[in-house]
Amino acid sequence: MTDHPEVAVVAAHPPHEQLATSTAIAEEELEQGSSLWRDAWIRLKKNRLATISLFIFLFVCVFCLIGPFFVPHDSQSQDLLLGATPPSADHWFGTDSLGRDLLVRTMEGGRISLLVGLVATTVSLLIGVIYGATAGYLGGRVDAAMMRFVDMLYALPFTIFVILLMVAFGRSLWLIFVAIGAVEWLSMARIVRAGVINLKKQEFVEAAVSLGFSHKRIILRHLIPNVLGPVIVIATLTVPAVMLLEAFLSFLGLGVQPPNASWGVLINEGQQNMEIFPWMLIFPAFFFALTLFCLNFLGDGLRDALDPKSAKD
Amino acid sequence: MSSAPLLDVRDLKTYFHTRDGVVRAVDGVSFNLEKGETLGIVGESGSGKSVTCYSLMRLIPEPPGKIEGGTAMFDGVDLLQLGRRDLRKIRGNRVGMIFQDPMTSLNPYLRISTQLIEPLKIHHGMDDKVALKKAIAGLEEVGIPDAANRVTSYPHEFSGGMRQRVMIAMALITEPDLLIADEPTTALDVTVQAQILDIIKERQERLGTAVILVTHDLGVVAGTCDKVNVMYAGRVMESGTADQVFYEARHPYTRSLQKTIPSMQVKGDKLYTIPGLPPDVSKPPSGCAFYPRCPYPKLKEAQGARPDLADLGAGHCVADCNFCDSSAPIESVLATADIPDVDLEQPA
Repeated sequence: MTDHPEVAVVAAHPPHEQLATSTAIAEEELEQGSSLWRDAWIRLKKNRLATISLFIFLFVCVFCLIGPFFVPHDSQSQDLLLGATPPSADHWFGTDSLGRDLLVRTMEGGRISLLVGLVATTVSLLIGVIYGATAGYLGGRVDAAMMRFVDMLYALPFTIFVILLMVAFGRSLWLIFVAIGAVEWLSMARIVRAGVINLKKQEFVEAAVSLGFSHKRIILRHLIPNVLGPVIVIATLTVPAVMLLEAFLSFLGLGVQPPNASWGVLINEGQQNMEIFPWMLIFPAFFFALTLFCLNFLGDGLRDALDPKSAKD
Repeated sequence: MSSAPLLDVRDLKTYFHTRDGVVRAVDGVSFNLEKGETLGIVGESGSGKSVTCYSLMRLIPEPPGKIEGGTAMFDGVDLLQLGRRDLRKIRGNRVGMIFQDPMTSLNPYLRISTQLIEPLKIHHGMDDKVALKKAIAGLEEVGIPDAANRVTSYPHEFSGGMRQRVMIAMALITEPDLLIADEPTTALDVTVQAQILDIIKERQERLGTAVILVTHDLGVVAGTCDKVNVMYAGRVMESGTADQVFYEARHPYTRSLQKTIPSMQVKGDKLYTIPGLPPDVSKPPSGCAFYPRCPYPKLKEAQGARPDLADLGAGHCVADCNFCDSSAPIESVLATADIPDVDLEQPA
């Protein structure tokens, strides 16, 4: 258990020195910037499950990012004579039906899946939270107009939307981010808006107005931190949803194109050959599931860590 | 400085446009306030006390609310006409406000220190360290023990009374000229109430702050206020110095209110309540709004416009009450008046 620094310091000094020390600590805290995130980090470190999840998640990221440089195979060179082989000393994860090394393919697929998952989620998070908070805070006609726009986008079939984007701008990985982000922020905006409407009635918002704070400041500094709990949980649920969407797009031929692969694509291939070559499903699916588990535990941990009231020790 | 008062409110009108019609929550309220003075606003629930304060701070939700008319000259500027930017410079800087419920008026996700230094950073452009020192000093002044340690706490680690102290510290940290306290002690228990009022009074004396104190509690008014406005159905019924309103009360409503103070009654008697309920301000009765509930012998039917305030001299104003015989002493009136023996809403 990591001790809270204040506790340790206060205990180590006689009472008459405490005042000066704690002032120094308060000052130090100010220098460290936003106390919200720093405190959340301290609390998160105490949550063992979340910490382990964080480490595993980081490990998966590093594994996918730099792994391919250490494997003497190439993700795209085929060996048709070899064909699909089970895991061996040469090919740790086995090979697929075209004789490509599955270890490298899993790593490189992970790069794309993680990138899509994280970037698209971040994009949807930023847009959704700011949009939803603004609509909820301003209320009235502005809110009605902003939310009708969200409804309109909701009504647009996703596939058609993506196909239109592809037709207009050509195919690229970045377009997938845009397309997925543009869809996923909608539910985020709705949830944040509902949360903000609830919070708006509380007196601390009125107090903030009466202290002469601007709308922008109230939304960013006072309202959004209060809705972060549900937002983080939604975000961790969005990551897998986004990865699956990417797999779906790839399946339609709109996402990642062969010979490149993502976890979604690999799992799809593996699933077709599951009875004859089970390793083709097991390895990518294992990493996919591992990542999602970690993100979920991490999300839960973050939600608790961000709530100052949970800090009871 | 000229001889103009610090705050001069003239004919303030705040209406709420609801589906059921126009609610005249504040309907032509006027008062003024000098530097260092305390004005008490008393009245039953729904009499427009809070709306008056919210209007001055321009915190009325629009729509449905709207400030329909009047002026509120604060040190040469009209608070009701200010643009958003200028308003922000006044709010929290020159006019501070304390709210009723200390449990919800601090942001649960931010440290006390963060919340206390924010107004200083915004209005006085102070840097963090200077502001923090001032915040700690501010907390000490409102009687938070071990302020330097506790300034980094979160609101949920404080009790209700302590949170209200923090609110006072926050509202006063920029040393405003005017403090609006909207029922600052209603949610607190009696011992804490007295402490909070003492703190406000002490800070006021030191900084020369003018205070508007909204309350249900006539005892609080008698103890702390220089001037008193008695409000009923969105209007001022009687105003004057605390002594005038307490010892020379003219208006039947003021007298009835006084009669409801438990300590003014014979021990063992049933507590006096004003019969009936406050009128629906979306359909105000013609004539005197208090007429239907007035215990005094009625002289004539209340009709026509609502009575205006008449100046009795020395700043004592009373809504023209010529519908009822208010010259009769209230004790004799109440002895004979048929007070319904039912559980009506307890007028505060």
